[in-house]
Amino acid sequence: MSLYPHELRYQMRLYWRSRELAFFTFLLPMILFLLLGFAYGDDEIQGVKGSNYLLTGTLGYGLIATAFAGLAIVLVIRREEGILKRLRSTPLSAPVYISALLTTTMIAFLIQAVCIIALGMAVFGASFPHRPFSLVLALVLGAASFAALGVGLTGVIRRSEGASAVVNAIYFPMLFLSGSFFERDTFPGFLQAVADVLPLTYFIKLVFEIMLRGHEIWERPGDVAVLSAWGLVGAIVAIRRFRWVPQED
Amino acid sequence: MSPAVAVHELSKSYGELQALQDVSFAIETGEIFGVLGPNGAGKTTTVEILEGYRPRDTGSVEVLGVDPSRGGADWRQRIGVVLQSSAMYQTLTVAESLALYAGYYERPRRVDEVVEVVGLEEKRDSRVRTLSGGQKRRLDVGLALIGDPELLFLDEPTTGFDPQARRRAWESISSLRELGKTILLTTHYLDEAERLCDRVAVLRDGRIVALGRPGELTGALPPTEIRYRRDGKDVVIRTEEPTKVLHELTAEALAAGRELETLEVRRPSLEEVYLSLTQEESE
Repeated sequence: MSLYPHELRYQMRLYWRSRELAFFTFLLPMILFLLLGFAYGDDEIQGVKGSNYLLTGTLGYGLIATAFAGLAIVLVIRREEGILKRLRSTPLSAPVYISALLTTTMIAFLIQAVCIIALGMAVFGASFPHRPFSLVLALVLGAASFAALGVGLTGVIRRSEGASAVVNAIYFPMLFLSGSFFERDTFPGFLQAVADVLPLTYFIKLVFEIMLRGHEIWERPGDVAVLSAWGLVGAIVAIRRFRWVPQED
Repeated sequence: MSPAVAVHELSKSYGELQALQDVSFAIETGEIFGVLGPNGAGKTTTVEILEGYRPRDTGSVEVLGVDPSRGGADWRQRIGVVLQSSAMYQTLTVAESLALYAGYYERPRRVDEVVEVVGLEEKRDSRVRTLSGGQKRRLDVGLALIGDPELLFLDEPTTGFDPQARRRAWESISSLRELGKTILLTTHYLDEAERLCDRVAVLRDGRIVALGRPGELTGALPPTEIRYRRDGKDVVIRTEEPTKVLHELTAEALAAGRELETLEVRRPSLEEVYLSLTQEESE
């Protein structure tokens, strides 16, 4: 484990040096938050001020952009280009590499969450989250679950050209169905049924209840259970399907 | 002392394709060993089995006394690898890349020392994405050296280099010999094998068709050729005794006051040996 701090330092450096990643996963959710917030931030959604509702949705967007989509695409590209294969010849082990990458993702997401909340407070007068401790726990749980799903997804993607397509095909529908930006109650029944199994739905509900309704995380065991179960599925696939070498090798 | 690498009756197939068949060789510590052969002969399959990337079907393989398919972190401390195709993080600089890899080893060499060995002093603080193909390859060699390995695998280390870069690469590989490193390199360039290797194995269609010192391989082949032109026709004499034959020829020509036009005496080059070994008989 002595390699872990070394690897983490470099993974952090790599993360912040990637402009594409910084834009699509870090800045884009905030930009969309601003646009939607100005458009209907003053409406009332689900009994709360629109901008507050959008704030919780944006945290969900940031979560899947950073911890799921960004992580999965980066890992597939590193594998298919041969970066992982090169690393495989060194004493670096898969658990150290993956845990450093997950920690980097988690730190990036937590910084992003702070920025989103600060933006909401500064621009739309959002109030400080009701239950900050529970909120941090929920963010960490969400990041862990989605990162596990992201790494698991890399095990079933075959080529780097397909990575964005596959990831986007999962990520955008999930983003909209989970009620990040629209009230789920207005969806037709079958779409609601789909939304009811998606992990993002439960993350957004959990964050909504904690930030806006003043619940603690342990008062929402159902949401926590579904999120954790998805994370576990992702972790199992990730461990079984992780590869260092490109597909056509 | 047991050899650095011992391969015994190694076989490997991909589906229908028999990639390697009963390949056996040993590499002594401190030796530079070349695996030579055309594309598709099984060179990369061989080294990737030795590096632990690919499983073998049958046969036994020991690299530094360890079965590569079970080699752990301790074993990887002792080897350095340059793959035929792989990549580095594009956004790190040369020095950062080397420092990243240095951190994986117990007793790494100094970053600046390795930068110098691979001749990247001027690119030390440039991002990997700005390097030329040859410079990337040199960084790759640097990454293989940073852990100060006992055994180095170089899979086609100079493919795609211009002649000058190849010569420089040869010099740095030769200088590794002085450090006592054992090196296995694959190449399809004969001059490279002739210049660098103590011994070579020539692979064709997954089998070793020749094994020995580059000089011995040439020696195994037919005789010296004497060519000249007489009355508009090419004359070719193959002989084991070139001195004697040549003396007779020139004496005769002198006596007759003739010139032996386009006279040429040559020993078959490794290139010809190689071609005769690696080409299917077309007749």
